[in-house]
Order: sequence, then structure tokens, then C-alpha cells
Amino acid sequence: MISKKRLSRGMFLTIFILSLMAIIAISIGAAPKQVTLRFVAANHPYTDVIKPLIPEFEKKTGMKVNVENYEENQLTQKLTVEFTSRASTVDVFMTRPLQEGRLFYKNGWYHKLNQYLPAAGWDWADYPKSIVEAVTLNREVYAIPIVTEWKTLFYRKDLFAAANLKVPTTLEELEAAAKKLHNPEKDMYGIVSRGQRGAAVTQFSSYLYSFGGDFIKDGKCVIDSPEAVEAFKYYGRLLHDYGPPGVTNMSWPQAQALFASGKVAMWTDASVLIAGIIDPGKSVVADQVGVAIFPAGPAGARPFQVVPWSVAVAAQSRQKDAALEFLKWATSKQVAKTAQLNGLTMARTSVWNDPEIVKQLYPGLAESANLTGPIAVPYDRPLMTAVGEARDAIGEVIVKAIETGGQADIASLAKIAAGKVDVLLVRAGEGPN
Amino acid sequence: MKEVRLIKAAPAFTEVITLSAKKPFRVNQLIEKNIKWLFPLPTGLFIFLMMIFPVLYTFYVSLTDWDMISGGRISFIGLDNYVNLLKEPRFFNSIKLTLYFTIMAVGIEVVLGVAIALILNRDFRGKNLVKLILLLPMVATPVAIGLAWTLFYEPTIGLGNYALKLLGLPASQWLGSSKMVIPSLALVDIWEWTPMITLIVLAGLASLPQEAFEAALVDGATPLQIIRDVTLPLLRPTILIALVLRCIDALKTFDIIYVMTTGGPGFASETLNIYAYNLSFNYFRFGAASAALVALFTLVLACNLLVLWMRKTYEL
Repeated sequence: MISKKRLSRGMFLTIFILSLMAIIAISIGAAPKQVTLRFVAANHPYTDVIKPLIPEFEKKTGMKVNVENYEENQLTQKLTVEFTSRASTVDVFMTRPLQEGRLFYKNGWYHKLNQYLPAAGWDWADYPKSIVEAVTLNREVYAIPIVTEWKTLFYRKDLFAAANLKVPTTLEELEAAAKKLHNPEKDMYGIVSRGQRGAAVTQFSSYLYSFGGDFIKDGKCVIDSPEAVEAFKYYGRLLHDYGPPGVTNMSWPQAQALFASGKVAMWTDASVLIAGIIDPGKSVVADQVGVAIFPAGPAGARPFQVVPWSVAVAAQSRQKDAALEFLKWATSKQVAKTAQLNGLTMARTSVWNDPEIVKQLYPGLAESANLTGPIAVPYDRPLMTAVGEARDAIGEVIVKAIETGGQADIASLAKIAAGKVDVLLVRAGEGPN
Repeated sequence: MKEVRLIKAAPAFTEVITLSAKKPFRVNQLIEKNIKWLFPLPTGLFIFLMMIFPVLYTFYVSLTDWDMISGGRISFIGLDNYVNLLKEPRFFNSIKLTLYFTIMAVGIEVVLGVAIALILNRDFRGKNLVKLILLLPMVATPVAIGLAWTLFYEPTIGLGNYALKLLGLPASQWLGSSKMVIPSLALVDIWEWTPMITLIVLAGLASLPQEAFEAALVDGATPLQIIRDVTLPLLRPTILIALVLRCIDALKTFDIIYVMTTGGPGFASETLNIYAYNLSFNYFRFGAASAALVALFTLVLACNLLVLWMRKTYEL
């Protein structure tokens, strides 16, 4: 009895295993070798442009691309957590070279791209040198730039005309114009710019440079220099005296909403944000938006022009060839042109020389780009690994300056903040040599 | 041969048990002997993996210098993270704000919640409807609540200042001023969570013995005296439970603060939980963040032990 049972059990087991193997073999053989890529993107106009184009790419290559998008800070967190766990399935992702470039590079999360750059049809030479530098560390290119943005002054043409004001070209004139147009009784504020702790730092940077200050010099934080202190005081006074209430909680969405609802006369922020205030569906002042170059301070006009976003291939990706193919397509001239026609300001030179595109740009935008280019500073925040923490330390001084209208002991506060940033520099091995 | 028998016995667990009574195999014996450990094993495993392990792991990470800034190397540094925290003004600021927020929010919630429950504790038409409406703030998603209140507090276009204006009061900066930001956030918490206390207290009221009230009425006590000398003393255990539950939650509040201010303006609403979040997900200093979280854990534990100790000592 036992041996018979044993036999039948053995038979059953054999048949079961054989059929299992057959099923696996069939499913492997029958399934088309479809590659599915995971593209993790930011909530950015570029993502909106590229999403409808992806089916085209899928048709051409037979790949499938899954797109996820996140708010920018959540994107950094999401990627950090995934890459740290070493179980990431991200193939291609959007990344901010200035914010997380050094951090990700240091941890080896970018797939280095140098060897692929000469690829035919990609036209790497189309990118200006300063823009290539923005995505290069130790001569290694780790991401492909998508868009550029620069510090701009947006103003209300109608209000300026009614008050008989000309567009400010110096920071003194900017303050005077803000003063003249500031009328809180009628819910009209002179000027808005970011006042929220960490977020404010990038927009404060152009004020800082134009006063002759900088973030870091020779591995030491110099935001306590006399020039920087003057810049803090000016920025604080400007937003305290002529800014909207609650400005210390404002990043760009709040400032944009306020400008779009017609409550402020001027707004200084990144050029890319123009989209939300010239769209008649979102803005009641869509036809009154003027664009001007950032005004000059004691050290001249020194607006930033940066590469805020780029696309990279994950070092942990198990399908790098496919990922690279997608990267090439996503950063191709054709896609860049489509994006530029949709109101983005792309990093490629060719899109700025194309008459068809230039014709369609918002009046003043191309001019402000051309004027800004030669005098621009290529970073809008301290160039270091621990950017997030440094921004909060510097942002605290900005908030105090705004809260007190520049009357607080800014010099001491800036000194404390500089000390904190110095600690971070040393800890990351970026301190003075 | 033994193996074969095992396979034979394996199919059903019950069979294993009955069989083992007659023919004691080694494995079955083992199972039978340890049955009292075996049955709770899945639960025990779950609790260990999902609750105890994370706490222990957080504690372990808090003793290391794990951060992303230096490239992800991890080395054991003992209590350095804690020492550094004690040198950090932001840490003390965050503890102060956490306590300020909790005391203000929970204090008002308990007073209001009990008062509303006493008012509602009678039979009237639509009582169930009122209870349903009370539930609404609690079931809404905190992020949606945060966004709605952010709009309400918007100093220029928000309803908050409009309402103040109608009442003839001066406009407030709400979340925009370092002095007003915690009270403004506490108000949201009060709006959201007072109903919970009301509901708990209502349940407690329904289970109170009627004799005491009848006796008080016979003795000619006024309604106010009944509430003060009969209802509230009888309700103490219920209120205490509500208080402990709310304290635990309020100390750990994260969502509404993160959505509405991310800790700003400056660091004026950076509670301990937000501070730990910033340390880990904005600065990528997991070691330091874990130390801050252990501090939060201790704080929550201490506050609740304090309440329970008070209950025992003063026989509340």
C-alpha cells in the first residue's frame, strides 16, 4: 500500500512540476519582449508637454513608458528614499542639478553619460558651455539639461502707465516704484517676492549678487559680508514696507496667485513662472504683464540664470540601454522645439535662433533672456551638497529681515547663519582647503 | 521512513494533532508542547516586525551618523546625536512649540468638547443628525482641511480677515505672523478634534448610573450643582481617557502644520515632528532625525505617564 501511494504521489509531483515548468516556459516564450520604463518626473510644464508626446515614442520603439510625477521637494525625497533602499526600479528621472546634483552624484545615483554624448543626432554641441557646466561634476556629465530660467521682474503695465512710472532699472528705482504703487487700503501691494524660509533663498540671490555679495567664497560662507548684510536689509525693508501681508509664508505659488489676482504691482521671480500670469484662464491681469530685466544694484545688475531641471538615467536601472534611448528622445531637438512653442524656455541654443519660435514668444521675454545671458550668475543658491539645510539657515535671516523691515541686528544673524553653513561645508568635505 | 510519515501527516493540522496523540512524532510533539506559543506567533511576529522593530531600529539609527551628505557611510557614534541636539536652539524651540500647541489645542478641546456634550445630552429632535454633523470634521482628510484653512487664513483674499472686518476688528496676519501662527494652527486642530471629545463624553454620559442624579434631584440640587458635583466627578475617567488620546495625537501633529506652514514663518511653527521631518527628508540626516524622533517618543510617553500618575495620586 505504502509503495503504491508513494508512487502516485511521486507521479503527481512530477506532473505538477513539469506542467509548472511548461507554463513558465510558454509564458516567457510567448510574451513579447516589451521593455517597460519607469520615468519619475516633477510637476513642471515640461512634464505636461512631454506626456502627450510619449505615445509617439512608444510606437516608434515598442517600449512602454510609465510616468509618475511629484511636487519638486517630494520628488527629491521619493528618489532619495528609493535609491537609498537600493531596491529602486526608477529608470529615468527629472533632477535639479543645483539642489540635489552634488548629493546624488556623491552617492553614485546618476549613470555617467560622457561616453554617450557624441551619439549621432543628439547634437550635444547645441548646449551652451555654461549650461553644460551646470550638469558636470569632476568632468563627468550626470544629467541632460532641459530648461533654463532666469531672474525676472514682472510688472503691471497698466498701473505703471497710470502712475506715470517707467520700468525700474536700479534697485533704488524699484523701491521707489513699489512705494508709489503700494496702497494697502485698496488691497494693492507694491511688490511681492518669496519670503518663505528656504524657498526665498533662490530669489534673494539676485539681490545678494547685485549688492556685491555671494553665498560661498573659497569654501567659506560669506553671507555675513557687509554687502550681503545690506542686501538682507534691502530685501527685508522692501517686502516689509511694500509687500503683501503674510509674505513670510509665501513661495512662488502664493506670490503667483497674488499677482494673477491683480493684488500686487510687481513680482520678482524666475522667468518660467510667467506661464501662470499670462494665461487668461488663471490670471485677471493676463494682458497687462510686463517683463523686464532684473534691476541693477550697487554692484550692477547680476540676475541668476540657471538650469533648474535636467533628466538623468538612474545608476540602479536594470535596462540602461532603453533608458538612454528614452533620455535621448526626451532631450531631443524636436521635443525641445515643441516645448519651447508651448511657452517653456529650453536649454538648447537652437530653439532660441529658430525664427518660428522667437515669433511666438511673449513680448519682452526673449529680450530679457538676451540681456540677462551675458551678465548672469549661473547659480541661485549656494553650490554645496547640504543645500537644503543651508537654505533654511540663510532663509531664517531673510524671514527675520522681512519681519523687522531690515531693522533687526542682521549682521549678527547673518554671522550665525554663515557659521551654520560653514559647519555643513566642512562636514561634506567642501570647506576651505 | 520517518520523512514519508511526515508527508503523510502533513496535509491537515487537525490531523497532526489527533495523530500525535496516538503516535507521538517528534515534530508533532514539539507542536503540541508549544501550542501556547504557536497560536499567538503570527500576532507576535506582526507586532514585532511592524511596531517593535521600527522603534528599536530608530533607536539604533539615532546612535549612528547616517546621513546622505557624506555619501551614505554609517558609523556608530554613541550619543553624539543627542549631545548635538541639546546644543541646537531649533530643537528646544521645537519642543517649546510642540508643548505650546498641544496645551492650547487640547485644553480648549476638552473644555469645549465636554461643554458641547453636556448641552447635547438630552433628548431632542434631530439629535442623531447633530451627532452626524459633529463627525464630519473628523472624517475629512487632514490635507484637505489644511488647504481649506490656508485659504481661509489668506490675509489678503481669505475669509478670515473678511469676517474680522465685518465684526469691526483689526485684520490679522494669521499664519504669516510668528506670534499668531501657533494659535491659528491650534484653532484648526480644535475645529477638527473637539467633536471627538464630545462623542467620547456623550458615550460616557449615556453609561452613568441614574441613581446619583435621582438622589441629587430629591435632595433639591440645582442643575448647576448637579453638573458640578455629580456629572463631572462621575465623568472623570472618561474625560481622562479622551485627554490622553488627544494628547498623544496633538503632540504628534504633522499633516496640518506641514500643509499650512511647513514650519514657518521662519521656524515659528516648527514642532518636534516637523523638525524631525526636515532633518530626515530635507537635510537627509537620518541619524540626527532619529534622535529627534526618540526625543518625541519620550515626550509623548512622559506626558501620558504624567497624566496617569496624576490620576493615581490625586484619585481623579
